[in-house]
This record gives sequence, C-alpha cells and structure tokens, in this order.
Amino acid sequence: MTKEYKTINEISGPLIFVEKTEPVGFNELVEIRTEGGESKRGQVLDTSDEIVVVQVFEGTGGLSKESSVRFTGDVIKMPLSPDIIGRVLSGSGQPRDGGPPIVPDVEREIGGAAINPAIRDKPRAFIQTGISTIDGTNTLVRGQKLPIFSGAGLPHNDIALQIARQAKTLGEAEVFGVVFCAMGITNEEAQHFMADFERTGALERAVVFLNLADDPAVERLLTPKLGLTTAEYLAYDLGMHVLVIYTDMTNYCESMRQMGAAREEVPGRRGYPGYMYTDLATNYERAGIIMGLNGSITQFPILTMPGDDITHPIPDLSGYITEGQMIVSRELHRKGIYPPIDIRPSLSRLMNSGIGEGHTREDHRAVSDQLYAYYAEGCDLRGLVAIVGKEALSERDRLVLDFADAFEQRFVNQGRDEDRSIFDTLDIGWDLLSTLPETMLTRIDDYIIKKYHPKYRKE
Amino acid sequence: MEVGKVYRVAGPMVQATGLKSHMYDLVLVGEDGLMSEVIGISGDKHIIQVYEDTSGVRPGEPVKETGAALVAQLGPGVLTSIYDGVQRPLPALAEASGNFISRGLFIDGIDHKKKWDFEPVVKKGDRVKPGQTIGTVQEQLLIKHKIMVPPNLKGGEVKEIYSGNFTVEETVCVLDGTELPMIQYWPVRMARPSTEKLAPTVPLRTGQRVIDGFFSLARGGTAAIPGGFGTGKTVMQQTLAKWSDVDIVVYVGCGERGNEMADLLHEFPELVDPKTGRPLMERSIVYANTSNMPVAAREASVYTGMTTSEYYRDMGYDVLLTADSTSRWAEAMREMSSRLEEMPGEEGYPAYLGARLADFYERAGRVTTLEGGEGSVSVVGAVSPPGGDFTEPVTQNTLRIVKVFWALDSKLTQRRHFPSINWLESYSLYDLDLEPWFVENVSPDWNKNKRRAMLILQENAELEEIVMLVGSDALPDDQQLTLEVARMIINFWLAQSAFHPVDTFCLYEKQYDLLEAILEYREFAFEALGRGVPVDEINSAASKDALAKIRLLDDYKPELEKVIKQMGDEFKAMS
Repeated sequence: MTKEYKTINEISGPLIFVEKTEPVGFNELVEIRTEGGESKRGQVLDTSDEIVVVQVFEGTGGLSKESSVRFTGDVIKMPLSPDIIGRVLSGSGQPRDGGPPIVPDVEREIGGAAINPAIRDKPRAFIQTGISTIDGTNTLVRGQKLPIFSGAGLPHNDIALQIARQAKTLGEAEVFGVVFCAMGITNEEAQHFMADFERTGALERAVVFLNLADDPAVERLLTPKLGLTTAEYLAYDLGMHVLVIYTDMTNYCESMRQMGAAREEVPGRRGYPGYMYTDLATNYERAGIIMGLNGSITQFPILTMPGDDITHPIPDLSGYITEGQMIVSRELHRKGIYPPIDIRPSLSRLMNSGIGEGHTREDHRAVSDQLYAYYAEGCDLRGLVAIVGKEALSERDRLVLDFADAFEQRFVNQGRDEDRSIFDTLDIGWDLLSTLPETMLTRIDDYIIKKYHPKYRKE
Repeated sequence: MEVGKVYRVAGPMVQATGLKSHMYDLVLVGEDGLMSEVIGISGDKHIIQVYEDTSGVRPGEPVKETGAALVAQLGPGVLTSIYDGVQRPLPALAEASGNFISRGLFIDGIDHKKKWDFEPVVKKGDRVKPGQTIGTVQEQLLIKHKIMVPPNLKGGEVKEIYSGNFTVEETVCVLDGTELPMIQYWPVRMARPSTEKLAPTVPLRTGQRVIDGFFSLARGGTAAIPGGFGTGKTVMQQTLAKWSDVDIVVYVGCGERGNEMADLLHEFPELVDPKTGRPLMERSIVYANTSNMPVAAREASVYTGMTTSEYYRDMGYDVLLTADSTSRWAEAMREMSSRLEEMPGEEGYPAYLGARLADFYERAGRVTTLEGGEGSVSVVGAVSPPGGDFTEPVTQNTLRIVKVFWALDSKLTQRRHFPSINWLESYSLYDLDLEPWFVENVSPDWNKNKRRAMLILQENAELEEIVMLVGSDALPDDQQLTLEVARMIINFWLAQSAFHPVDTFCLYEKQYDLLEAILEYREFAFEALGRGVPVDEINSAASKDALAKIRLLDDYKPELEKVIKQMGDEFKAMS
C-alpha cells in the first residue's frame, strides 16, 4: 500500500504542489481525495526531492490543503479488452454510457512508445472515401494521417462522418473500425455524431471518447492518448483497420496552452508552449502500419483554424507533421458547394504510393495533375476577369475559366450520401478535361490520352 | 566510475547531484540506464538532457558516468545502416525490443562481431601520420573503406601490421606501442580536422534542371531549402539524395514523419544508382529520428550525421548530407533551452541559435584531407518556416550562412509546378565560381543561355503584373510572344516530374539542349514576328507542343532534331 500525503503546499489552476514526499516518478498516476470523499486523478509533471507538481485531470475544484494525495507508483494505463468496441467513454476513459467498467484483458501505457521507423510498413493501400476531391486529387491511403483544416461554421463534421461511413479498401469486404475522440465539442455536436453513428450502425464497430465543452479542460490532454492507445490495441492486437477521428484539435492545443501558463513556462509563438510540436507529433505519429501485423491506424484530426488563419501555430505545426491536409473553404461553402474542399491548398503526401496501375488506374496521376493545373489557373483568371471583364480574355483563357467553374460544379460538388467510385471520379475528370483542346493537355502522356480521353474511347 | 543521484525530473531534463562529469559527457540516468548528455553545470547540480522517455524516473535513482562525450562509432559497417539520432541501429533495436522503441537499450553503432577482410597498405617500419591510410576493407562492392590512423593520434612507426579477417575491435596495427583496431570513436560535436579547405569551383550535379541550370550547388557547398508545409521540401531532399553525383549519401531525418522515413527506407534499397547500377542503399546512411522520438536525440542527430559524413570525406569521398528538417533541430534546441529556463531570444529560440547553425554548416566543405587526398561534404538543409514566413529566426539565421537558397513557393505547388523552386527569389552565390567549369565541360554558351533565360523570366514577371490589370490581349505582340516563351521555359524546362521515370533525372547535356531549343524557338518566333506574322499564328505552332514532350524521352536526340527541323519549316511557311 502506498502512502497518503496531506502535504499540499499550493494549488494553482489545474496544478497542485505537494511537499515532503518520498521519491515520486515522473509522469506517475496520482489519486487525490477531497475532504468530502470525492476522488480525482492526476499526473506528475515535475518531480524533485523537495516538491512534486501534479496536474489534476478533473480540475482542482473542491481541493484544499487538507486533501490527501496518493502516488500510485505507476504511469497512467488504459484498460483494454475486445468488449470495449461499441462503448462510449468519457474524456478520461470512464464509462459514459451507463455500462459497467471495462474488465481489462491488458492494460497499456497511454504515452505510447514511438514505432521503430525501420519496421514501419509503407502505406500504400488506397482508401476509397467516395468523395471526388479526396479520392481523385488528394488520395488517402491506409496508415495515413490527413487532417481536415476548417473554420467555425463549416461542414467539417459532415465530411468526417461521410468518410467514416463510406471508407473502404477496394476489393476488400472489411470495414473500418472507428475510434472517435471528441475534445471540447458542444453537446449538440456530440449528439449529431452519436445520432449518425447509431443511424448507420457504425457504433457497433466504434469506440467513442467524449470530452464535452463543459468537461474539465485538462482532461482533454488525455483524450487523444486514450483513444490512440485503444486504436493501437484494436489494430495491432485484434488486427482491425482503424480510423481515428478526433475533433477538435484546436481545443486540445488550447488546453495545452492553459497548462503551460499555469506552470509559468516560457511561452512560444502566440503563447503556445515550445513543446507543442513534439506533443502533437506524439499523437499524430501513432498513425501507421507495422510490418508483419494485420491492422493499421489511419487518422482524421479535425481542427478549426482560428480566424481561418492557416499560419496560426495549431494548423501550422499540424501541417508539418501530418501527411497533407484537406482545406475546407468558406468561399466554396458560400457558393453552396458540398463538400467545400478547396483542392488548391489541399494535399495528400502519400497519394503517389496509393494510385496508378494496381491501385486505382494508370491515368490517375496525370488526370489529377492536369485538373489541378487548370483549376488553379482558372481561379487566378477570376481575379483578372473582375478587373477587365471576360471579353478581354484570350480564347484559351476563356476556356480555362469555364473549366474552373465546371470543375467546382461537377467534380467538387456532390451529395452528402453520394458514394462515388474512383472510376466515376476519374471519368468525371476526363469529361471536364475534354472541354479543352487536346494540345492543352501537356501534363498527360500521349498513350494515356489515346486510351482514356472520351474522344478516343467512343471510337 | 562516479555514481550520482537524480535530484529532479521534468520531461527530458534531469538534474543530478554528486557527479564529476564534464560538459557534453555521456551519462546513464536511472535504474534503466537511459542514455543522456550533460548540458549544464550549476552549483552542485549537473543538468542533463535525456535521449529517451523519462516516465517513471524518480529522484534518488542513480546516475552513472561514462567519462566520455557522445561519440559516433566509425568503421566498416556504417554504410547501409539505419540509425536513430544517437547512432543506435534501428533494425537491431527492433530485434531487441519489438515494434515499439523501448528504453535503456545500448546498441553499438556498428557490428562488433562481424569480420572484415583487412588489407594493409603500409609495411612494418613505415612511418605514418594522423589521418593516413594503413589498410583497406571492401565495405560494399563498390566502396572501399580506408582504415586511417585516427586524427587525434600522434602517428609514428608501424611496429606490427596484420592482414586477414578481423572484427572492428581486433588490433590490425601496432603503432609505437599503441594498438589500433579498425573502429574509431569520435565525439560528434567536434569537427574532424582536415589540412585545407578548397575553393568551391566544381559543381555538384543533381540532375534537376532548375538547380543545375540556374542555382547550382558547388561540391562542398551549403544550401538551404526553406518552404512552408506541402511545398515539396521532402520530395526535393529525397530527389537530391537519389540523383546527386556523389559517392556517399547521408540522410538525416530529423523530427520528421515516420511514414516518410518508411517510404524512404523502402525505396532506397530498391533504387538503382544511375551511375553504377547498384542499389542506392549500398552507399547510403540513414538517420531516422522521427518527430515522436525523444527530442534530445533529435538535437544530436544532425551532429552524428555530420560526423559520419566527415569520416567518409576523410577517405577522399564526396559526401552529400541532407538534413530534413533543420527547423525541427532548432525547435529541439528551443525546447531544451526552455526547460533549462534560459533567457529566450527571438520567438523563444535560444540566443545561441545562430552560432549553433553556423558551427554546423561550417563543417561542410571541399577539403584536402590529412592524407593529401580530396574529399567533400556538401550540406543541404531543409528549413520549415512557420506559416511559410521566411523572416522567422531559423530561416534568417540559416540564410546568413548558406550560399545557395532554393526558395520553395506554395503558389507553384498549388499549380502543381515541381520542383516548386521560385526562380526569382532563389539564388546561388557559387554562380561566378562555377562558370569556368561549365564553359570548359558542358558548353561555352551555358552561362550565356542561362542569363538569357533568366532575363526572359524577369521580363515575364513584370509583364504578368500588367496582364493582371489589363489582360494579355492588350499587350503589344512582342510582349505577348515573350510571355509565351517564358511559359515554355517554365513548363518545358523548369518543371520536372520527380515521379516520371525519365524526367526525374536530367544530365547537363540534355539540360543544355532543351534550353537551347527553346531559345532557338524564340529566335524563329521573333524573326517571324518581324516579317509581320500575327502572334496568334506563331503561338499555335505545332512544333511547340512537340517540344514539350522531349524532356520525357530517354533517347531524346533524334526526336529533338526532328522537332527543331519542324520548327524551321513551320516558321518558314508562315507569312
């Protein structure tokens, strides 16, 4: 039995400072009991012979110098068993659905050791999401981490749900397991997600962690780590392919900043702590595939960019870690286009390994590049048209401009339940490209044009 | 060996009492013996950065001294290795601890049991100097590994020299009473000495038109690739590692993505070296310290990489060190500095950021080795400026040191123009130094063509601003033609697909021929314009589209000749 201490010297925000302890390990799990008998959990942030700093996950409300502190001698672990599938848990991993506690088969440290880069397998299995702007131009592969950068009031949640519903690997019957981590989202948003999970039966293959807007902010720092530990169990122990969706990473980072301020750390950019990159990386980098194991972890973090500013530290640091990003555009949303994904700044870094012969179709890369090139050029021309009018454009420029409009209406725009196959997506692309003279298709090899261009296919 | 005690633990920073270690000495922290380095001494406390996760470490646990700094193990067997930031081989770590990296493992950088066939090149009684080769080992089919007298030894008379199969630890030579094994240990934070630094007068061929043609890097030179995320830094780095004309490639993945490293580790062994037909991996060394691996090891990784590069340079090889990304390295410094509660400089970076960057890049260079041979280390560092803002401290401090600047531009990325190197912002300060080489070895017109192309692009940039206001039809004919020629240079010559089997690599001769053809087209076009041919007719020339596809052909010469002839005929027919 470990000792209990009643030596709290200071309470400051989410932190308590405990004196005169026996040696306590860094990152150790701490149990705190208030005078009223309420129990809270915490984690050691700084430990020395003189003083131990503990962050309390459930908030320090109700604590006093008389509260007792017990150091468990062990780091935080997540109880896991196959029964966890279908459960709804709180942001700190306690049952939230009225069900019994999880009887663990195994308990895993939630910090998550780094996957040895030498035994990582290369992600290359194409995931069809049924959304053209993803499948066609920013292809997702199994084991990738692809965030959705969005803004307040945009339909990023619908996009995430549509992906969770429709994601499949070509030629495989297996569906994805889903780990859903909500951090600081509102009750309404949570209900929206839960209703959709229930409607589509996705809950039967999902584990849900909910930390709502009114739950303690510090708890949010645990949520993704618990979710990812669960995902690793499902993937590497049970051999499932897992999609991890977390929303909203911005709230997670806000909590980190709050903790940093409470600890009086030297702040980095915009007050966020200097270790935010490393901390985000320890979450995002848990996506991947391990050689010789069956499962995989694919991540969809959602984050709302404060003020739609992509240079804000949260999207910026995320973008440097994740393998690309999907940008949800307010402008497209205003035009009534769904999903309003702007492909120009969007990117999937692992696209190349998942497309082409043997994955999708040999013309995929070329079609995608050519669509990109003319859509970007068309968008640039819109600025010009605003000044000089359409009449001043050359014939070629007018074609490109019309192409860009058609691209948004036919390629980008699709139904919330429309599940396009990759071949449909590519064919829509070809239809659009065939509105341009063949000599303008400079990024496509001749033999591919001869094989796939609608003009030749009809013959 | 002294044993101290842990006093305080806060993340990767540990304070300990009762130690006698020097700055930058390696110590082992806690019951698990976590690899750590002394980075400060304050009163009776040593401040230590730990290269591994410190979860569970308590005050009072022992801290063991090793009495030595963090060293790289150098000898046969370094090539083809895949290391973490402190030179622990990752495949061996996987064997010892499974799929996830666990703590407290110490594994030698090179295999101490493997036997190598040592062939002496000096005789008993010879006098040898530091850095001199005493024998060779065929490390890889095409790479001869020279076993040298360590540069920090005095040298002397060879008393004994052996020949045959030895492990790296066995003595192969006795020098005035000192027994020399093949292995050398070198502190990673210390530059290995050379006799003299040489002027940067030889270019390093990369096979990338925009680099070789416009902004070439010299052998032993330094270059920075800054760019926001998604501008193609990593693809650029990997392309350079694949195609650069060097003997050895050292790739330091510093705080980057695990999947990217996996991609690289899968691709390198399969890639065939265009020069030799052998796998590229045989002449590569990879350091993979991904972003979720311990931050202190990330800080060390660039030094470990540099030390191995210098070691092969000392053998007379040309080495390319690519560091992806130096910003992550700087951030590791910032993180450690903030944990040390040092007074922060700009944007929280430590005040010594500039000095550290300079120290690192200064270790590059083409040198006369101690032995009198010639070798080089060229360094290409990726920089990841937050928000793509080049005014931030890491980019600015780097630009003060490096001579070549390849500015990646997200606008070009969005248009899928790769490599997305902005031709107006980028520069190479080696330009003038390298001109004589190109005249002598490629074509007397190389530099002239380069300047003409650059002028056209400059003019294009100015014209584009006008076009944005009034539309291209409002421009006079000659300016419209200039726009078209610039478009050709941009799309047919500067753009190059890293994923196209032929286009990914381009020799000097082909680079020259392609540009020459475009400039020739320009001559024809302006001559036709002078004869009164309307600009629309000129711009619809079929030979122009044919010219676009030449770069995708392996045996391009016959086709290019055809196109040039077609060009002549076509323009002659216009009236």
